[in-house]
Amino acid sequence: MHGADAEQASAPSRSAPGRRAEFERAQRRRSTLLATASTAVLLGLIIWQVPKLSGWQRVRKSFFDRKTFSDAFDPVLHAFWLDVKIFLVCAPLIILFGMLIALSRSVRSPLLFPLRMAATLYVDIVRGVPIILWLYLIGFGGAGLMNVREVGFGPIKIGTYLFLGGVALVVTYSAYVAEVFRAGIEGVHESQRSGARSLGLSTWHTNRHVVLPQAVRRVIPPLMNDFISLQKDVALVSVLGPIEALRRADVLQDKLFNFTPFVVAAVLFLCVSIPLTRTADYLLAKERRTMSGTAVR
Amino acid sequence: MMKLQYQHVHKAFGEKTVLDGIDLNVGVGGAIALIGASGSGKSTLLRCTNLLEPIDDGAILLDGDDITEPGRDADPIRRRIGMVFQSFNLFPHMNVLSNVTLSPRKVLGKSKAEANDAAMAMLTRFGLADKAGDYPDRLSGGQQQRVAIVRALQMNPEVMLLDEITSALDPELVGEVLNVVRDLRADGMTMIIATHEMSFAREIADTVCFLKNGVIAEQGPPQQIFSAPTHPDTRDFLARVIASGRL
Ligand SMILES: Nc1ncnc2c1ncn2[C@@H]1O[C@H](COP(=O)(O)OP(=O)(O)OP(=O)(O)O)[C@@H](O)[C@H]1O
Ligand SMILES: [Mg+2]
Repeated sequence: MHGADAEQASAPSRSAPGRRAEFERAQRRRSTLLATASTAVLLGLIIWQVPKLSGWQRVRKSFFDRKTFSDAFDPVLHAFWLDVKIFLVCAPLIILFGMLIALSRSVRSPLLFPLRMAATLYVDIVRGVPIILWLYLIGFGGAGLMNVREVGFGPIKIGTYLFLGGVALVVTYSAYVAEVFRAGIEGVHESQRSGARSLGLSTWHTNRHVVLPQAVRRVIPPLMNDFISLQKDVALVSVLGPIEALRRADVLQDKLFNFTPFVVAAVLFLCVSIPLTRTADYLLAKERRTMSGTAVR
Repeated sequence: MMKLQYQHVHKAFGEKTVLDGIDLNVGVGGAIALIGASGSGKSTLLRCTNLLEPIDDGAILLDGDDITEPGRDADPIRRRIGMVFQSFNLFPHMNVLSNVTLSPRKVLGKSKAEANDAAMAMLTRFGLADKAGDYPDRLSGGQQQRVAIVRALQMNPEVMLLDEITSALDPELVGEVLNVVRDLRADGMTMIIATHEMSFAREIADTVCFLKNGVIAEQGPPQQIFSAPTHPDTRDFLARVIASGRL
């Protein structure tokens, strides 16, 4: 039985690729058809049934009000720009500090033991407390401690709640990102290190040319996931007061007695996070393909 | 003239003693075959020689010079000893040419052009010139192992350590890799070869060492070891190898 299978598999057959392609085409056609049909039926059911639900009109009025949506869109979009700016400033700093913390945790020199211990402690403590609590601690605590508001350069004012909120995000996310980097470094197989060292390459050259390039490659997809979370968590800064999208929506909601502004904010966050998520998935799938040759269906 | 001398080499991993007093001399241009059951310490002996593992006691001398002296810088010594491993450890993120030229450039300080020329010459010699731009995962196992050998040879090592370099290969790919080893032998390279390929050991080695319980239980020229082993454990081992059809 087994022998026959092997023979068949290895027998060079000219017609096989053509037949196979045809079969797969038919298979794909069938799948597309099925998927379209089931989606259409489900959508139809929702459109047909949901408006009949007793609370629907009220939900529609307070969450999906067209007029409120267009009135709220501009101010919320404007405030959303602040979320984007916080993200763009914090993300590179988080990568930098995350990498430094990860490297500190990997040092083996006894001289640097305190550094390693401090980094480990830092990661444990930061990750053990909810992010929002860190925002309160660093934001309100920091503001009380520094008692300065306007010192700084350009638009960056040390002591403002916005600045402290950014600090809190960098402090917390660096710890999470450091763990991702560390996993990437440790995930590079020991045989790669042996291979490099056996050629006489120094520790530094081994890290620089063999270990880190492979670690960074592996780390990109999980890192993307952390930054998708960050992109949403910038809204947490609003607990300290800065008027970003969530805060603006909250204010509008108070004024208009309508929840639609929150939906506007949600839509804006989705506009950024969905493309990011898709990219991360794509990178992850690509990584898996290159690591294991071909994907098994 | 001795290239390598092992003197009462001891090595343990935790409680487990793997090398329990290895004594062995390897002459210049000699070819030693290490045979023995799985787990008998062949890889460990080779890794210790290349200083990838520190030994606990005894000494290993290269050209009469103790390379296992504690605290000694390992990098200059590793340059003189090439090693090829059982599982391919080419660098997957670099193409063949970069794999092969990395250490000549970074360690020997060769220019890129110089390193490339030398690498291409040797890749051509071993029939790999058209693979220079490919990444390792595009190569067959046999090609990968030949590239790994070329990579080690680019450092102009004085000794080559080959650790079961064919055992992860499909049978039809073994021949092309062994041909490269025959070439090295013809060039007079000093080699230590851990292998399960008994017929190859018989052909290529001038001395065969049988490892058991952390010591070399028997050593001698291949004709003697394979035809008239004196140690009962050697006889046992060879009988089992023959029974499994690997001789
Ligand atoms: N890094 C390590 N830590 C702990 N034990 C180890 C380590 N490396 C090897 N060993 C143990 O040492 C013993 C010898 O291993 P070694 O790899 O040298 O054997 P081998 O003769 O090369 O076997 P094989 O033919 O399977 O390659 C084994 O029992 C193994 O489990
Ligand atoms: Mg081994």
